[in-house]
Amino acid sequence: MIITSRFFNRSELIGFVALAVVLFVILPLLLDVFRLNLVAKYLTYAFVAIGLVLCWGYGGILSLGQGVFFGLGGYCMAMFLKLEASSVENTKIQSTPGIPDFMDWNQITSLPLFWQPFHSLTFTILAIILVPGLFALIIGTAMFKRRVGGTYFAIITQAVAAILTILIVGQQGYTGGINGMTDLRTLKGWDIRPDNAKIILYFVEVVLLFACIGIAQFIRLTKLGRILVAMREQEDRVRFSGYSVANFKIFAFCMAAVFAAIGGAMFALNVGFMSPSFVGIVPSIEMVIYTAVGGRMSIFGAVWGSLLVNFAKTSLSESFPQLWLFGLGGLFIAVVLAFPNGLSGIWQDYVQPRIDRLLAMRKSKPKNGWRDNSVADGAPAE
Amino acid sequence: MLIGHQPKEFLLAVEALTVSFDGFKAVNDLSFYVEENEIRVIIGPNGAGKTTVLDLICGKTRATSGSIQFRGKELTKLKENEIVQAGVGRKFQTPSVFEDLTVFENLEISYPRGRTVFGSLTFQRDAAVKARVEEVAEMIFLKDRLDTFADQLSHGQKQWLEIGMLLIQDPDLLMLDEPVAGMSVSERAKTAELLNRIIKDRSVLVIEHDMKFVEDIAHKVTVLHQGQILSEGTMEKVKNDPKVIEVYLGH
Repeated sequence: MIITSRFFNRSELIGFVALAVVLFVILPLLLDVFRLNLVAKYLTYAFVAIGLVLCWGYGGILSLGQGVFFGLGGYCMAMFLKLEASSVENTKIQSTPGIPDFMDWNQITSLPLFWQPFHSLTFTILAIILVPGLFALIIGTAMFKRRVGGTYFAIITQAVAAILTILIVGQQGYTGGINGMTDLRTLKGWDIRPDNAKIILYFVEVVLLFACIGIAQFIRLTKLGRILVAMREQEDRVRFSGYSVANFKIFAFCMAAVFAAIGGAMFALNVGFMSPSFVGIVPSIEMVIYTAVGGRMSIFGAVWGSLLVNFAKTSLSESFPQLWLFGLGGLFIAVVLAFPNGLSGIWQDYVQPRIDRLLAMRKSKPKNGWRDNSVADGAPAE
Repeated sequence: MLIGHQPKEFLLAVEALTVSFDGFKAVNDLSFYVEENEIRVIIGPNGAGKTTVLDLICGKTRATSGSIQFRGKELTKLKENEIVQAGVGRKFQTPSVFEDLTVFENLEISYPRGRTVFGSLTFQRDAAVKARVEEVAEMIFLKDRLDTFADQLSHGQKQWLEIGMLLIQDPDLLMLDEPVAGMSVSERAKTAELLNRIIKDRSVLVIEHDMKFVEDIAHKVTVLHQGQILSEGTMEKVKNDPKVIEVYLGH
């Protein structure tokens, strides 16, 4: 029982160190800035995937609309950057200088009221967390208090994703429409486009990612994490153990939304634009696929899943643009049918036991007194 | 109707309880009263509405009309988790334990502390929790299996675990739906022993078909038939009631 009070068990610690080494050392050393920036883009989806591990893997709540929160976070960030890029001197050729270019093109002559507070970076950072968080709170309360769950909930989140896309595309003057918000330049005067800025942003993102991993791991280890698992299996038993199941579902859904939003905000910073094509149904489902491929029960698996699927997407869609979507669909079906726990499941079932056996063999060779210790040490990993 | 009685004496007062599913009245104008420390067994043929009565009391099913008073609180207006917090525990017919969690974790979740979102985030597995979990685990014959995942337990052990989960809640009214169904003979004997120990100091409402078991534990028996009370009283009285013999015991 003492074992679970440790923050990482042995195999998780290996996973943590491996990921940290790859993201902090190997990739930055190995890749040029262009490719590193691509990795930064892939990693923005890892935030979403970590949220989905909590919400879907642990809580059993499948949301097919995480793009909504990714988008809300991304748009909040993009609005701030766009305002900074639309200073009066930058936009003096417009008929109304000082407002974003797409507003000018759509005959809007003054900055809309809801854009005003995005002049402040503090407000923007708060909005990145609170806007998606509150939106998830509203959807979650409306759904879970009425006991809407499972497939019905998934379908409704799809609908929300579709609605938000339509809204963004339709309200061109306020949102930039189908093109999104492009030409984002500086953050508080610091140019985000040159190579050295991209490298700094990459590291900022990785640090944030590890912060989110830490939060997710913390939640997983508290009683709340166990209640999520319990809820997924026997919702009624949790209810009749005195818990308000709806509140726990709302919490998990809100956490997933906030993680997704942080990813979205980092996307706007790293990629330099935000558009409705990252909000709708298709990207939302892709985010679920990343999580499923990585392993929906594994926080680290989710990160690897996002990296690998996106890497495959980039390289395959460059060579076989037509085939890629079939490949992605096939991958999802294969994972669901053959490896329900994704890559991390394969690792745990096939690779980990072999490593353990190898280690045990090597350790059992020296003196006898050693062996008991090593077995006792190895036990917690199970 | 027992209007002359003073309702405060009773732990549970069910009055004129009716529930209809699309016009079919599964429970029809049902009234009964459970006293403190009473062990009441509900028997009756299949479809008599026994499980529905438990569902109504614990809030799983909402009553169409009527009232359920528990210690002066109207349960029909409360949510399930509030009913649990008021002191009503419910065991389901099929064992419902959390199979992906260990025996310890199963019991810990039922420990009545940190039941809000924030409370469960800050919940500490302190000495009091551990002591209580171990104490209950010993009672339910699972002391040496605390670290076993619940999916590896036998059917009978799962039933015990669920009883243990109720025990750790320490409810004033314990509702058990066929606690010995599907158990082996030896498990049955152990369960009877377990139940006899845990029903002290609380009221218990049991649904059971095993007549010998009923005779062993019941203070009072209520016979349900088609959502209504057919007969009520001591086992002796009920057994000799011609109506009961005709619809239920005669088979």
